[in-house]
Amino acid sequence: MVNRIVVGAHYGLRDWIAQRATALFMVVFTILFAAAALGLPEMSYQTWSGLFRNGIVRFFAFLFFLALFYHAWIGVRDIYMDYIKPVGVRLALHLVTIFLLVGYAGWAAQILWRL
Amino acid sequence: MSEAIVRKQRPKFLALHEIRLPLPGIVSILHRVSGAGLFLMLPFLLYLLDRSLASPESFAAYKSVVGNPLVKILLLGLLWAYMHHFCAGIRFLLLDLHKGIDLQSARNSSRIVLAVSIALTVIIGVKLW
Repeated sequence: MVNRIVVGAHYGLRDWIAQRATALFMVVFTILFAAAALGLPEMSYQTWSGLFRNGIVRFFAFLFFLALFYHAWIGVRDIYMDYIKPVGVRLALHLVTIFLLVGYAGWAAQILWRL
Repeated sequence: MSEAIVRKQRPKFLALHEIRLPLPGIVSILHRVSGAGLFLMLPFLLYLLDRSLASPESFAAYKSVVGNPLVKILLLGLLWAYMHHFCAGIRFLLLDLHKGIDLQSARNSSRIVLAVSIALTVIIGVKLW
């Protein structure tokens, strides 16, 4: 006997946790990065790009972007679920949003690793 | 079956201009609005980061873009959106942990979120301006 639950919102727990885990990561990164950026001796191309040439900053900045895009996906999907009722329109918006966010991730990787 | 009997005519009150949203409700809807605004402006923000890092020449171009007063106002708005989303998000995380869920502390923390996010926007905005 397989006692499978086919209804209910249990599948939402993973997203609920992911939303909060990515948020916590971004809070920590934001504070550390803001401290580093505001602490730069002067705002020039050399100092600003030097910050990102640091391997640790680059690594965590990329993770920040991935966390941001995943966080944005869950949040934007929640907005669609609340306001967009026609299934076709909602599906189309889901696809556009996913394509955009995956593209942004590639863009962010290019920005950070071209340096 | 019993549910059908119990269901009564309930007053529907969706006149948005007549609903007085309490302070925690304002923080909540602004959390959503700021998140949506940040999402919509992501390509612009990535573009700015790209230009600021690509080369010394593109950095100069970036400087002139963000020097435009209209862009500055837009970025100041996005800075507020980030700060509000940040502060309200921390408040929601605390509420998830059942911290400050009674009415008075929920109202107080909403007030703190609104005040701190505006204060941080002003401080960082002045520093970057």
